[in-house]
Amino acid sequence: MDCVVTGGNVKVLAKAIHSLSRIGDELYLEPQEDGLALRSVNSSRSAYACFLFAPLFFSRYSTPSGHAFRCKMAIKSVQAVFRSLASLEKTVEKCHIELDGQKNRLTFALHCKYGLLKTHNLSFQDSESLQAVFDKDSCANTLRVQPRVLVDTVVHFPLSLEEVTVSLSDERVWFRNHVEDEAGNSQSKAMLTEMCLASDEFDHFAVQAQNSITFCLKELRGLLVFAESTGLPISMYFDEPGSPVVLSVTDSVLEVNFVLATLSDDPSLRKNNTKRNKAYQGKKQNQAASPPPPDDFLNDDMDSYLIAMDTSIAPGTSAAGPPSPPSANHTYSHQPAVACHRTRPHSEDEEEEEEQETDDTERPPNKKFRSLFFGSVFATASQMTNQTVTSQEVLASDSEDDTQTESP
Amino acid sequence: MPLSTQSQADEGQYTLVASLDNARNLSNILKAITFKDHAIFSATPNGLKVTVEDNKTLQANAFIQAEIFQEFTIREDSVGFQVNLTVLLDCLTIFGGSTVPGVTTSLRMCYMGYGYPLTLFLEEGGVVTVCKINTQEPEEPIDFDFCSTNVTNKVILQSESLKEAFSELDMTSEVLQITMSPSQPYFRLSTFGNSGNAHYDYPKDSDMVELFQCTKTQTSRYKMSLLKPSTKALALSCKVSVRTDSRGFLSLQYLVRNDDGQICFVEYYCCPDEEVQEE
Repeated sequence: MDCVVTGGNVKVLAKAIHSLSRIGDELYLEPQEDGLALRSVNSSRSAYACFLFAPLFFSRYSTPSGHAFRCKMAIKSVQAVFRSLASLEKTVEKCHIELDGQKNRLTFALHCKYGLLKTHNLSFQDSESLQAVFDKDSCANTLRVQPRVLVDTVVHFPLSLEEVTVSLSDERVWFRNHVEDEAGNSQSKAMLTEMCLASDEFDHFAVQAQNSITFCLKELRGLLVFAESTGLPISMYFDEPGSPVVLSVTDSVLEVNFVLATLSDDPSLRKNNTKRNKAYQGKKQNQAASPPPPDDFLNDDMDSYLIAMDTSIAPGTSAAGPPSPPSANHTYSHQPAVACHRTRPHSEDEEEEEEQETDDTERPPNKKFRSLFFGSVFATASQMTNQTVTSQEVLASDSEDDTQTESP
Repeated sequence: MPLSTQSQADEGQYTLVASLDNARNLSNILKAITFKDHAIFSATPNGLKVTVEDNKTLQANAFIQAEIFQEFTIREDSVGFQVNLTVLLDCLTIFGGSTVPGVTTSLRMCYMGYGYPLTLFLEEGGVVTVCKINTQEPEEPIDFDFCSTNVTNKVILQSESLKEAFSELDMTSEVLQITMSPSQPYFRLSTFGNSGNAHYDYPKDSDMVELFQCTKTQTSRYKMSLLKPSTKALALSCKVSVRTDSRGFLSLQYLVRNDDGQICFVEYYCCPDEEVQEE
């Protein structure tokens, strides 16, 4: 492979690599007929990203015809080539990428201002083709939005937040921080942040299934950095909870796809939510049609949201995504009712309301919150209201098998 | 006890008195050579030279000419002593070393002679601090015997271009290899790290290269850990002269402009790591 990137495209390439570094530790590089593909996948295989730069992106692009060549390398070492992103635009005039299969070397030569030439010779490993199986055309919901809108939305979430929930209605989209239901004692401390976007904020808004999905924020942030610098709109394609969400950015010379696993929302799995592994097995049986993921990922804590990942050459992108669990009644469905609240602390009253709304199918009660309440009851021991009765019950139900004893 | 009368009484006894309106002019340049605690001070009527060494393989010198000081009085041909550089720097910045314009610490540095402490009078906003730092027996600095007649290759560059290279250097590489040659690749910095190797080539006709005098192709390797401290001097400097002699010893001379636009020099000498056969 031999290609040359010039001018502003060098920065686009550099941003792409930084964006990929948010996904995984390794960069998979594959020169294809239709362009240069850069891919990465995270260790639990729940997130995958692919940047395909068309031959026109380059001022020169040539690949050895005939035999396919693929390699992978530590993404850190490629990142080092483009270390100073800020000065890149001003200093680098041309970037020459050359892959020498015989010497096993990938060479990045940066031709900079004042004639300075920076040459990085990186070693690499041969690799299998990395290809996620997804089909964005068959997705029920499609949204397209300018990156700025999403950046302004996501900026309100703390950096420590891992997952975000996106809920759809006919004319609105809600972004909400995801709070783990099963981590009962964290909920009283949790702050819910919710942003509501009207459909007219979107360039394209096609909703067939009104549902909610939860996925990792880190990768979305990575894509946003890229999309914002290039000013290209982001498209979101998704179906039900549990099946992957595809975030894509396209242009005439590049195509970017981020495939992220979403949290499975099967109510039967929810009930056993203390046992993630069970949930995973349940899902896996549903997945019989798709190739099972490699064994070493079984123990991973992300495994309940696995994407089926094909490590061999995929026969096109025709294969439908991993069959999703039956969508059934979403436990989320009640939540748009409380939508449009801006950043609000999770106060006791609201907690109580929600608890009553969703009572019997839902989450194990919140231990910390309850014990605080119990303490106050002791202080004013005379007034035993209905509320305190429920709260005492709940306190006792802290143990594992509380689901049976839940409803009176 | 009024300070002024005492110092006047002592004035005649000091062998060295140096005053600065802005102590930062001294502290900044000393920071550029701070990689070991002990610094050898040697003063002559021309000015002050401060030397720091590491394991007999690296030496850094800072030169502060007599003209930089508002007052520079020396009663002997040369005065030498050794002090703890970290302590000295702490004293020089005892008022916080603020960079607010108009707020400066003025300094009067006095030394009475062998066996006496180095006395610093520091004043900022009417507050005076007197610091006395014990001096030590001065060690003899290593003579790297780097003389200009043995220099084979010399390149003077704008520091800006080297700063970028040094900030990007692959620190997983144990050595930095410097190649200087009258033909391609002219001036090359190379690293050999975990993920591969990297080369930075400067053509001799670049706008960043001010002078290019190479007589012979020479490739030498220097321990990255030894060159690391020199980046402090590089950061302060506006020009750098890179020289190697026939033995492969490296001399880096930095031209540093202080707050008042005056020029000082910092110099690093470094031993090569090993002989490299020319290709």
